[in-house]
Amino acid sequence: MAIITMRRRRQTAVLDDFFTRALLAGIGVALVAGPLGCFIVWRRLAYFGDTLSHAALLGVALGLLLQVDLTIAVFCVSAVVSLALLGLRRRASLSSDSLLGLLSHSALALGLVCLAFMTWVRVDLMSFLFGDILAVSMIDIAIIYGGGAVVLAGLIWIWRPLFAATVSRDLAEAEGFRPARAEVIFMLLMAAVIAIAMKIVGVLLITAMLIIPAATARRFARGPEHMAISAVLIGIASVVAGLFGSLEWDTPAGPSMVVAAFVFFLVALLPMGGRKESAVQRADR
Amino acid sequence: MQDSDAALVSLKGAGVQRAGRWLVRGVDLTVSPGEIVTLIGPNGAGKSMSAKMALGLIKPSEGTASRHSSTRIGYVPQKLSIDWTVPLTVQRFMRLTGEPSRFEAETALARTGISHLADAEMRHLSGGEFQRALLARAIARKPDLLVLDEPVQGVDFAGEIALYDLISDIRAELGCGILLISHDLHVVMAATDTVVCLNGHICCHGSPAAVADNPEYQKLFGGRAATALAIYEHQHDHVHLDDGRVRHLDGSVTDHCHPGDGHHHDAPKKADRCAG
Repeated sequence: MAIITMRRRRQTAVLDDFFTRALLAGIGVALVAGPLGCFIVWRRLAYFGDTLSHAALLGVALGLLLQVDLTIAVFCVSAVVSLALLGLRRRASLSSDSLLGLLSHSALALGLVCLAFMTWVRVDLMSFLFGDILAVSMIDIAIIYGGGAVVLAGLIWIWRPLFAATVSRDLAEAEGFRPARAEVIFMLLMAAVIAIAMKIVGVLLITAMLIIPAATARRFARGPEHMAISAVLIGIASVVAGLFGSLEWDTPAGPSMVVAAFVFFLVALLPMGGRKESAVQRADR
Repeated sequence: MQDSDAALVSLKGAGVQRAGRWLVRGVDLTVSPGEIVTLIGPNGAGKSMSAKMALGLIKPSEGTASRHSSTRIGYVPQKLSIDWTVPLTVQRFMRLTGEPSRFEAETALARTGISHLADAEMRHLSGGEFQRALLARAIARKPDLLVLDEPVQGVDFAGEIALYDLISDIRAELGCGILLISHDLHVVMAATDTVVCLNGHICCHGSPAAVADNPEYQKLFGGRAATALAIYEHQHDHVHLDDGRVRHLDGSVTDHCHPGDGHHHDAPKKADRCAG
């Protein structure tokens, strides 16, 4: 089992460098995943995201084969796949979730088979599938924050047209936005986030980090921008709780963060003050 | 219809073909500033399709669709479903594609009668309230061209009249052109300058009075057609019930409407046509 667990490393010091780096990296990913995840939830792209992230494994295989940087290889493959999916989607032939499910798991299987063929490279497969946040280097963190800043800037740039097109594509286009362009840029941003986040949570769990905090944020959100910021905060809380939980109970880091996010989602389902208030408002009307 | 040079939007011989079938064909249509053009026709006649060609959302398979690039458009689509996962209040919806000032947004909401719903979520609105929000958003943009695809669907009868009055007021105020699609023949016929009657092609067009007299139009809409114009040429002091009887403003129900008994204030020339 190649998942790196905490106990082995804990022997040195509790708040060791690697733990600080892991926190920094996780928070960096949460900052980007929150707002992007909102759009994935709003536009019902969860399966789409799964397909993309599973295709990332093909990117890893290709990167190893051609000996290019894995982040760049994953970004390129995800970008190509996402644009191809977008094209299929526009022709309206990609409406069924069965087709996306088929593509998603085929891409994953294809990636695994390709990696198995390359007997000359030694690959820690589990670190690609579930992430290896405890092994992030300072360079990884630089990539996460640098790439993350670019993604966030891009998302802010297309926020208005993309949100308008999410509500109504026709309306947005009729009133002067260019939804098609915004959608292409969004797909590229999604590919970038997958490339960045793969090291942190792995291809199997990336979509979870995108969707779960956003879905939790929907419970309190009073507007789209509010939901995006809430998703960031919930994502950060999940990363911190997951990492500390992993340290405490010696569990794998990536899955622990996803479990923490899920626990927050469940807690948010409990009836709360804010919920009652909105029910009262509705009754007033 | 006026000279197409001055037109905000014009379709010339425009048609859409899908899978070898012409959904609509040969549409000639212009909307000039200050003009209300209404598209009527049965389901599947190509009304929405024509509006979408005018807006540039659908490229015509033949013919041309042209707009001035600087034309500011306000659009009320026929269908708009907002996913429940999108948190969207009426207030935020007002700023969807533009940046109306707080005052402009509040005024538009007040004029459509939903000021009290500014903080409500769009998905909690009733059908009629939702349509009002759509209309408020479109007029708050202060558009040069308003395209309204069945803007009053789901609005109650009294509200319908008020909203059509509002649409005429907006036209007078902004001097904007309006392309309106509607099923409400009787209401539409009054407020409009040009009626275009579509049935896969343009079956007739012209002033409401001219269209109402056109046999093609009468064939298309049958019995309703004959009464539509007459009803609107006098004031709305009565409602025609489904069984043919008439309910007056004071609540009384009679078998016919009687131009002479004081129910009809203006005693218009064609009012006799609405009897029975």
